[in-house]
Amino acid sequence: MLSLDAIRAQFPALTQKVYGKPLIYLDNAATTQTPIDVLVACREYKEKSNANPHRGAHYLGVQATTLYENARNKVAKFINAASSQEVIFTKNATEALNLVAYSYGMSKISQDEEIVLCISEHHSNLVPWQMVAKAKGAKLRYLYLADDYTLSWSEVEKVITEKTALVAIAQMSNVLGTVYPLKDVISYAHEKGAVVVVDGAQSVPHLQTDVQALDADFFAFSGHKMYGPMGIGVLYGKREHLEAMPPFLRGGEMVEYVEEQVTTFNELPYKFEAGTPNVEGAVGLAAAIDFLEKISLEDVKAYEDGLTSYALGKLQEVPYLKIYGALDAKGRGPVISFSLEGCHPHDVATIVDSDGIALRAGHHCAQPLMRYLGAPATSRISFALYNTKDEIDACVASLKGVRRWLGHGS
Amino acid sequence: MDLSALYTELILEHSQKSEHKRQLKTSTCSERGHNPSCGDDITIELLVEDGKIVDAAFTGSGCAISQASTSMMIDLIKGRSAEEAQTLANIFLGMIKREISSEAELELLEEAIAFQNVSNMPARVKCAVLAWHTLTEAMKEL
Repeated sequence: MLSLDAIRAQFPALTQKVYGKPLIYLDNAATTQTPIDVLVACREYKEKSNANPHRGAHYLGVQATTLYENARNKVAKFINAASSQEVIFTKNATEALNLVAYSYGMSKISQDEEIVLCISEHHSNLVPWQMVAKAKGAKLRYLYLADDYTLSWSEVEKVITEKTALVAIAQMSNVLGTVYPLKDVISYAHEKGAVVVVDGAQSVPHLQTDVQALDADFFAFSGHKMYGPMGIGVLYGKREHLEAMPPFLRGGEMVEYVEEQVTTFNELPYKFEAGTPNVEGAVGLAAAIDFLEKISLEDVKAYEDGLTSYALGKLQEVPYLKIYGALDAKGRGPVISFSLEGCHPHDVATIVDSDGIALRAGHHCAQPLMRYLGAPATSRISFALYNTKDEIDACVASLKGVRRWLGHGS
Repeated sequence: MDLSALYTELILEHSQKSEHKRQLKTSTCSERGHNPSCGDDITIELLVEDGKIVDAAFTGSGCAISQASTSMMIDLIKGRSAEEAQTLANIFLGMIKREISSEAELELLEEAIAFQNVSNMPARVKCAVLAWHTLTEAMKEL
């Protein structure tokens, strides 16, 4: 593994001060900072190769096409897709999940069938399925969590049944950090005849992704949560599904022949990529994958597990602090939600922000989960491969002062 | 960032225990206000007789800023006409948007002038203005 100093030196954003204090960025589950390699790749594309891909036979057009398709090949290899034709570039994970809901959901799910979600789903993997359920007369069912924030097998067997047409679930919760046993869930859902849509937005930066080993039918993630640019995301889908699905958006690029009254559609993956794509985003995402692979996901995971374990221990020493999530780093990712008694998370965020510490407060786009937990909002810290134990110590020290600021004495 | 300019004693007092945090036995109108991004969620109730707000109260949960702002607002509007209350709400919202800075006007806000600093904190503006927007909505029912 590269040294921590060498890794941090790759991130210009981390060297800045806020309110005169060194920035401590602990909001990585929302978005990660960007390494120089990614910034350079995007800039070089715009400076040297900018053109509309797949159109025009001129030099730059070919360059842009090559870079865009190379990025697709890199993504396919990174997630171990069987073919790069199964990799569709989208704006982000939300758009990828909407693509599946609009195209697959609206055409394949029928009345009285069931769509199963986990109660911890992010709104992006929940609201689109509410739409499908409502439009098609299907029923939404939820997998609820055990007291230790895990998904029990009995719950899986209870909720996923022959009636289940589709299961939509995140590999890792963006609130609890829980990593769900998706391989088993997917295999069980397949036995029942259901397809499985995986939201990988949180897991991809932290765990090795292998869509074939998981046997996921669909798998969505965002570039900006894995050191890439905003505005680029990925939908992986099994070819058999993608072939059978109608297009999502219609326009240029996604067509074969356009007559006055009818149109035939382009082959995969272009059928799902209407309009001029975000080439610099794709190029940046490819650079982010290179960056991650240079370090290796295995080393990233080992390092981040260490941070999570350390932070879980330190946070438990903070008086009046309650953690929402497993207290053991095993089986969870580097995302820790908590509450401080008597302190609203938004006040917590403001107070630690004054020490230069960025954390997230609110419902984390998971309102049904917050209601289930009985917490209107929580504070959340989340780590990336550039965070340090010193930063965790500084955060814990700052958190210890929060109650005093809010007039609670200690 | 100067936290002591935000979490003043006055604001903390109002946020921790407010005599106005209760339910009215009877009310003329009520309105729920919500900041979806951070979870502030309040309901304001008004009892209006002959155009005068004779009683007002709130319930719900939220951050210190939203709770204190609601409490101070009720302090201010109780006993006033709905029209006066709307004028005060406009002054408060104008203060936060930095559109109103005349001291004579701001003084009408009494204790609620304590939120003037929030106008420098974009992340907290929504918390401070929630009650005042909710009040405006509630009075539309009158």
